Amino acid sequence: MPDAPSQVTQPHSSVRETPSVIQILTEAFQQFVLDVQNYARMSALSLANLLTKPRYTQDTLDQMDDIGVGSLPIVLLSGFFIGAVMVLQTGQQFQRFGQVSLTGDIVSLALVRELGPTITGLLVAGRCSSGIASELGSMLVTEQVDAMRAMGTDPSRKLISPRVLASIITVPLLTTISVFVGLLGGMVASVFSLRLSPTTFWQRAIGILEFSDLMQGFTKSLLFAFILSTVGCYKGLNVRGGTQGVGRATTQSVVVSSVMIIIADTFLTKLALFLADKL
Amino acid sequence: MSLPPPSAIPPPPNAEPALRFDDVWIGFEEGPILRGVTFSARPEETLILLGETGTGKTLALKLAAGLLIPDRGRIQALGHDVSHKSEHELLEFRRQVGFVFQEGALFDSLTVAENVAYRLKEDGATDDEVAPKVQEVLRFVELEHTMEMLPSELSGGMRRRVSIARALITRPPIVLYDSPTAGLDPITSQTIITLILRLRDVYGVTALMATHRLQDGFALANFHFDPKTRTVRKGASGDNSKQPITRFLVLRDGRIYFEGSPEEMLRTTDPYLQRFLI
Repeated sequence: MPDAPSQVTQPHSSVRETPSVIQILTEAFQQFVLDVQNYARMSALSLANLLTKPRYTQDTLDQMDDIGVGSLPIVLLSGFFIGAVMVLQTGQQFQRFGQVSLTGDIVSLALVRELGPTITGLLVAGRCSSGIASELGSMLVTEQVDAMRAMGTDPSRKLISPRVLASIITVPLLTTISVFVGLLGGMVASVFSLRLSPTTFWQRAIGILEFSDLMQGFTKSLLFAFILSTVGCYKGLNVRGGTQGVGRATTQSVVVSSVMIIIADTFLTKLALFLADKL
Repeated sequence: MSLPPPSAIPPPPNAEPALRFDDVWIGFEEGPILRGVTFSARPEETLILLGETGTGKTLALKLAAGLLIPDRGRIQALGHDVSHKSEHELLEFRRQVGFVFQEGALFDSLTVAENVAYRLKEDGATDDEVAPKVQEVLRFVELEHTMEMLPSELSGGMRRRVSIARALITRPPIVLYDSPTAGLDPITSQTIITLILRLRDVYGVTALMATHRLQDGFALANFHFDPKTRTVRKGASGDNSKQPITRFLVLRDGRIYFEGSPEEMLRTTDPYLQRFLI
């Protein structure tokens, strides 16, 4: 997070020439590199702050309540129905081959490895990354962040680290809950739609899972939590252009964190499959 | 209210400046804003920083508090070289400086009492230690009854007064005011100026006040607060040696255009300065 808008040391010419396309592209690329650099620095600092005092425990608990408890209803609802719809979609295919009992296997693997962490990450990004960006952005434009600095408080410790830590703690828990209610939803759907016994569904769903599947899901949820919280903080604390800028930052935080989550998911899946083969 | 006594000994004329700007430059993407600003403030002195909108008054205050780093030049405050410190070192330094932001910059999710107590709580003070101090400074700004209110429930003038109370809680030797009366009605502006007078004459703070209202500067120069009678009186205090010094600085095009006493400002024949006097 920069302390101040980018400063210049040389006086600028008062007459501005119309920039060429090359200049515009070069400046856009430079801005992108600067953003990546500042984001990486802020993210590293948010974790490094956790190792030293002062720590803001109450702020972290408040954020855990907001991010974790606050996101619970949407995670529960979406998790249940995603599990159910997966059974409806896959069950029909398995029925054609007389292998309806495999429904539990496929739903369980998909939820634990992929859908649980990704859907939870995207939902929490939509709800909390935007919330973080708008809250911090509003604080920035109303000079509350400067007021904090003026009173000797480091905003990265007070505002960023508690949000990152709270996300890292709560998103994996939300993912676990999402997977569990997803399996419940799948079980209900399989009982009523496929006439599969609950015991069979549950035994197959649990039996297919290996430690590496659980680790894959857990690792993804950790990384997604880190992405959604740091992107929200970065966008919020780099607002330009007053209240309009806050709105822009809010939208950008959701878009950027969602895209980053999906890209990270691809690479993590490839890495997890590679490691599963090796180990 | 147990207010500390005013400083018994006035600062000697050659005292080390509490605040010094030495050829300070700063600019942003649109170009330089401050171009070689140089001035200094002695302990307990009040500097009125006048200028049109966009001349860099707020920037000068933020530089003095170490919230911005100059592109060139040197800033010294309370013996610290503010322009060459890391952010971590500056956090420590800023605890000795009070900053009253233009719109108050109160934390909108905290109550008035929590806002005022913020800095003490950050230092690890307990509720029992904090409560009487919060009560005292809120009484000083005559807002004791607003302790449990949120900033959104306060008027603009009340928010500025809470902001002054928040800056005052640790008794900083330097207080920076960013247009404290901007956008306020004349009566509320007068209340704020009276508070600044009291803060100066009771606590003996060094002040740098950015404003575009000349009358605020003259009010600080021509009135004083008598702690004994607790009233604002016209003219110098009984003991002239204790009379705080008020000086005007006028910023124009990023440079100090005028620096002088209220009398010199009043007598000026400069057409630009006379525009402030109308």
